[in-house]
Amino acid sequence: MTAANPETSLPRPPSPPRTWSNTRILGHVLMALWIISGVSLVFYLGSNVASPFVQKYWPKYIEGFLVTLQIVGVSLLLGALLSVPIAMARGSRWKIFSWPAYGYVYFFRGTPLLAQTFLIYYGAGTFRPELEAVGLWGFFRDAWFCVIFAFSLNTAAYQAEILRGAVLNVSRGQWEGAAALGISKPVTFFKVILPQALMVALRPYGNEIILMIKGSAIASIITIYDLMGETRRAYSRSYDFQAYIWAAVAYLLIVETLRRVWDKIEARLTRHLKR
Amino acid sequence: MNEALTLLSFGDQGWGDTIAFGVLVTVSLAIATLPFGLILGFLIALAKNSSEPSLKLAANIYTTIFRGLPELLTLFLVYFGVQIGLQQGLKLLGFETYIEVNSFVAGMVALALVFSSYASEAFLSAFKGIPQGQYEGGYALGLSKYQTLTLVVLPQLIRLALPALGNLWLILLKETSLVSVIGLSDLIRESGIAARVTKEPFLFFGIACLIYLVLAIISSTGLARIERWSKRGDVSR
Repeated sequence: MTAANPETSLPRPPSPPRTWSNTRILGHVLMALWIISGVSLVFYLGSNVASPFVQKYWPKYIEGFLVTLQIVGVSLLLGALLSVPIAMARGSRWKIFSWPAYGYVYFFRGTPLLAQTFLIYYGAGTFRPELEAVGLWGFFRDAWFCVIFAFSLNTAAYQAEILRGAVLNVSRGQWEGAAALGISKPVTFFKVILPQALMVALRPYGNEIILMIKGSAIASIITIYDLMGETRRAYSRSYDFQAYIWAAVAYLLIVETLRRVWDKIEARLTRHLKR
Repeated sequence: MNEALTLLSFGDQGWGDTIAFGVLVTVSLAIATLPFGLILGFLIALAKNSSEPSLKLAANIYTTIFRGLPELLTLFLVYFGVQIGLQQGLKLLGFETYIEVNSFVAGMVALALVFSSYASEAFLSAFKGIPQGQYEGGYALGLSKYQTLTLVVLPQLIRLALPALGNLWLILLKETSLVSVIGLSDLIRESGIAARVTKEPFLFFGIACLIYLVLAIISSTGLARIERWSKRGDVSR
């Protein structure tokens, strides 16, 4: 800290004293408020760990958490599979492919997930005779399948845009270099372009996973007992507000853990790009 | 096809007026939330951008919480939390009453909390795009800190933050659909009622989706216009 100036060999002047400026007072007051509410939250939850509410409902919360994980995992995987053809069609030179893909992406990104879920779950009832004729009614009658179906279609639209953006982001020179080496187009795509594109897409994919976890709470509205659904059921039976507080803590822990782990993964995978 | 048109017409036989009322509620909820979300988001971005570490930390805790919670859960926390909190508070004062929070206000508060935490990130990255020289130039002219902020920095900040804020507006418009769950008669709820009564769920939820799409398209053109307006200074250069 007290490095001398090489020309005059004078020590660096001391930094000015930190005064209690308005911003500093405000910051400390706000932090004090956060600390007080955090401590009282921990105290409140701690004093309720052995309460009848927790005794009765914590296995339900675990079940709900697993259902949430299932919904998110399955929809993300199905969406990822579906996003590849959509992204390819979207980038196609032929308008017969690119326009429907654009319409698909626009529809699913422009309307609320809740409306899409309702459209599929309740809307399927309109086509009951037709669906029974082809034997699909059993699929659409089940709320779980409807949620998976709606969420997969929704996340496929978002993932297709992520994928397309990432592939377009890879410079033309990479295609040309591979072509100059005589590598065929499909091999170029999978071995040269895609690895670089996925590197860029890591962060948006992480955001999409978090959006999906948060969005999956919507499933509780159509009678799925995921984490949110179990919370609502526990509240409607006990009228105990801690039902929602436990759920908030659980969701925050899930999302924050995932975000931090994903940051670590990203830092590890992109370490060759650090300067 | 004719039946569908009758169902959607205005008047006693159709549901057109009900759905139009729902659209009005949806749009007014989004518009009512916007100013609160923007102002709160700007203040939080100021806090995050300040050199005071405690203020930064306090603002970061706020965004971590409201970006990590599902919007639906935030809504329930506000709706039931305020209700129970007010009842407990009045009990302490000696009043024993049942209070029901207006679902429009609860939705507004919850959506503003979520919107402001995302908007603060948009403003913060816009702050990063403003060179230090702009502040120094402001101070050199003898402007106070507040004047530099409002007269020099803010006009440029809005231009930089507009694209991200436009996206947030589109997200806000979609998130208003969640308020139907706590009983606000918005577009989704009204179409749900129409669907149940007429037994035509696909028609009415399809219409609801299309109306959301139209709202998004109108907003996008409006936003493109605002963006062009904000960049009108760039053209002559």
